Amino acid sequence: MHKDIQIKRYLPEEHAEPFWQTFHVPYDDTTSILDALNYIKEELDPTVSFRWSCRMAICGSCGYMVNGIPKLGCKDFVRNYPSALHIEPLAHFTVERDLMVAMDEFLQHLEAVKPYLIAEQPEPTEPHKPHRQTPAQLAKYKQFANCINCGLCYAACPQFGLNPEFVGPGAIALAHRYNLDSRDHGKVERMPVLNTHNGVWSCTFVGFCSDVCPKGVDPAAAVNQGKVESAKSMLIQMFRGGA
Amino acid sequence: MQQFDVLVVGGGGAGLRAAIAAAETAPEGRIALLSKVYPMRSHTVAAEGGAAAVTRADDSFAAHFADTVAGGDWLAEQGVVDYFVKHAYQELVQMEHWGCPWSRQTNGDVQVRRFGGMKTERTWFAADKTGFHMLHTLFQTSLKYPNIQRFDEFFVVDLLVNDGEINGVLALEISTGELHAIQAKTVIMATGGAGRVFRFNTNGGIVTGDGMAMAYRHGVALRDMEFVQYHPTGLPGSGILITEASRGEGGVLVNKDGYRYLQDYGLGPETPLGKPENKYMELGPRDKLSQAFWQEQKKGRTGNYNGSDVVYLDLRHLGKDYLYERLPFICDLAKSYVNIDPVTQLIPIRPAVHYTMGGIETDALTETAISGLYAVGECASVGLHGANRLGSNSLTELLVFGRLAGEHAMRKAQSTDRQTDMGKNQEALRQWQQKLQTLMASKANGVTWVQLKRELVQAMEDGCGIYRTESGLQASLAKVRQLKQQYQQVQVGDTSRAYNTDLLQCLELEFCLDVAEAIVLASLERRESRGAHQRLDEGMTDRNDQDFLRHSQVFFQSQADATLTWQAVDTSLSTPGERAYGAQGQQSEAR
Ligand SMILES: Cc1cc2nc3c(=O)[nH]c(=O)nc-3n(C[C@H](O)[C@H](O)[C@H](O)COP(=O)(O)OP(=O)(O)OC[C@H]3O[C@@H](n4cnc5c(N)ncnc54)[C@H](O)[C@@H]3O)c2cc1C
Ligand code: SF4
Ligand code: FES
Repeated sequence: MHKDIQIKRYLPEEHAEPFWQTFHVPYDDTTSILDALNYIKEELDPTVSFRWSCRMAICGSCGYMVNGIPKLGCKDFVRNYPSALHIEPLAHFTVERDLMVAMDEFLQHLEAVKPYLIAEQPEPTEPHKPHRQTPAQLAKYKQFANCINCGLCYAACPQFGLNPEFVGPGAIALAHRYNLDSRDHGKVERMPVLNTHNGVWSCTFVGFCSDVCPKGVDPAAAVNQGKVESAKSMLIQMFRGGA
Repeated sequence: MQQFDVLVVGGGGAGLRAAIAAAETAPEGRIALLSKVYPMRSHTVAAEGGAAAVTRADDSFAAHFADTVAGGDWLAEQGVVDYFVKHAYQELVQMEHWGCPWSRQTNGDVQVRRFGGMKTERTWFAADKTGFHMLHTLFQTSLKYPNIQRFDEFFVVDLLVNDGEINGVLALEISTGELHAIQAKTVIMATGGAGRVFRFNTNGGIVTGDGMAMAYRHGVALRDMEFVQYHPTGLPGSGILITEASRGEGGVLVNKDGYRYLQDYGLGPETPLGKPENKYMELGPRDKLSQAFWQEQKKGRTGNYNGSDVVYLDLRHLGKDYLYERLPFICDLAKSYVNIDPVTQLIPIRPAVHYTMGGIETDALTETAISGLYAVGECASVGLHGANRLGSNSLTELLVFGRLAGEHAMRKAQSTDRQTDMGKNQEALRQWQQKLQTLMASKANGVTWVQLKRELVQAMEDGCGIYRTESGLQASLAKVRQLKQQYQQVQVGDTSRAYNTDLLQCLELEFCLDVAEAIVLASLERRESRGAHQRLDEGMTDRNDQDFLRHSQVFFQSQADATLTWQAVDTSLSTPGERAYGAQGQQSEAR
């Protein structure tokens, strides 16, 4: 079987504007979008550029828009597209070249929410012993720890499209992951970032982010729960006379 | 030009752990972390099963030591193994303190699981995404340290070495195509393995042996390269890994007749369904399991999936709830990539190249023969794995030796007051700029890296697979050397500067070719069978301690064929014994 695949090309060293190019690609039942792209690069046009590595949906490199929907190229299959198939770079990010976008824009938001365990000060447990954490406590945050930083939710989020300063679903999910961790004491440090209008309040609850997430993280739930937390933390600040 | 105390090449588990250790050793020290992909894309992310450390009261350092040394068929450096088993637990606890979501028992204690070749349950895990959680925990933790400066998507092409001392690296900034000389007092290589040298493998596209080749080209030995581990359970076609933990949880392997064939290859007697026992049957070591597949294939007892010979992993008796709780990722992978639901169907699997036991030779403190150059993780040969790595030892290795490398490199950087030879570094930079231009220039009889790479991976599979012969290896070696010649005519089709992934893949192929030559040469010269290296030639089918209880060391020669020497093994703590599993293992232990 063969299929015509259209790719949105952007080669800033040669053309100022993006353009579409069509490639004729063989495929079978197991051919992923990524396999098709690699075929194109190896057999048809070595200049076609895209990121990938693990080809097993865990490294988060291969996010592209497939027929307008953010997808992982290695976990989406040509067989899913009986008619037209067109591939573009992830929406809302700055396109660098072909399917490669500026991922730093996502990483800056990630770093802003302090996505690491902030221990109780001074540290009470003996350093050589693990904390206890029951399966129930683990289950509270586990889903939000499954984010592979692929950025699909940002490409799905209309608010991020309008306001690139919006911390965004993935980073909020990660902040929430640590806030919910029974070992963490860093919520007070994280909430100020989430409390701003570039934080949780930017979200108008469209929910598309959770639909496209390939790992079932449900970032929309994190944002929503984050709003509740944010409201609480702002109230507390008000009572303390902080606001 | 920038100047750092410690420069880490690689943002996988090993590189991140080393960078954090360096940062903690000297909060004022300057650390650079370079990686050709964003750190969380590194292939550590794909590790599923877990990380080993003596944890339970009924376990002991001696037992973990014994399993590792025997698993490595007595080719491990025993002092190194001893250090490793004693420092493993504290590193996993450190990961716990950094937030790693380890799976738990009902009382909140960390849970440990069985793993092949390990006698006792001592493998910590985070569902079936252990490497993913470890990598993200380390990456996120590294963000805390302001003195770690990241250079994401910087592709290192070469080391700067002057008079036997490291000076820094040359790196291509992928987003601009600009080549930089980045100076550092010490450099830690943490570039991962080289599984992509083979056609059928469990590794990501970026696992191309870059760091191994770079150190090797500067005269550091690649040690024990003949030992390449096949994982018995890769998905046909893609090579995607189905974790060993699926057998630890009770999955069984059957051939096309539904027969648990492992009992025919010294791993029996058959253990009852749902009652896996350490070191028996499905929980025997990987090399034995992969070899058993090969034997079944010869006997015509394998099945077929889309043109690949396969055997089957049966998880059905574990039930849906258990599978979804313990092996959710596996269920997902099987559904996506072979369209199989493990709750009701058998998963077709076959062996795939998985792990390179050998690598850049280092001493027990992770330093190489070049002063100030360290190596750690899968790219390194610190001597932990010998002739065969036990599953779940390597994730822990990243931590134990990553920390050691980071601390030592930082201390060394602080105690040396080395003057870098700017002139020489500039010269190296100019030479590389020239070389990159040559690669992109059009040639009369130019070849693409794609053609050469296909021939390389085929040659490695043909002559250097699960079982090896003198003639097959000779043919592969000749082929690899011929491909190295042809590489002189390689031509990169993409001539742009920014994001030139065609150029990067072409450079990766050159690294692959050098590493491949070392693998084949060492395999040819080791005329015995040990661990993952199995020869079919007469007189070579058994282990031969008399002649080969030694490490191989391959040295690069520019403009000439690589050379090989042998190095003594540290067997000071345990004398070589028989490596037996299943009931035979019981007997030999009783003796
Ligand atoms: C599918 C799979 C499952 C596994 N499961 C387990 C398990 O359950 N338990 C276990 O103990 N082990 C397991 N292993 C083995 C273990 O995961 C690896 O050995 C280990 O993660 C390697 O880590 P690393 O840090 O050395 O290298 P990697 O994680 O591969 O990182 C290499 C880094 O080097 C960088 N790099 C490489 N070349 C260059 C260059 N030229 N310039 C700049 N940067 C460069 C890359 O960008 C990357 O950041 C598994 C391996 C695989 C493939
Ligand atoms: S939340 Fe989901 S979609 Fe968003 S970055 Fe994480 S894994 Fe990707
Ligand atoms: S290649 Fe890693 S997620 Fe697709």
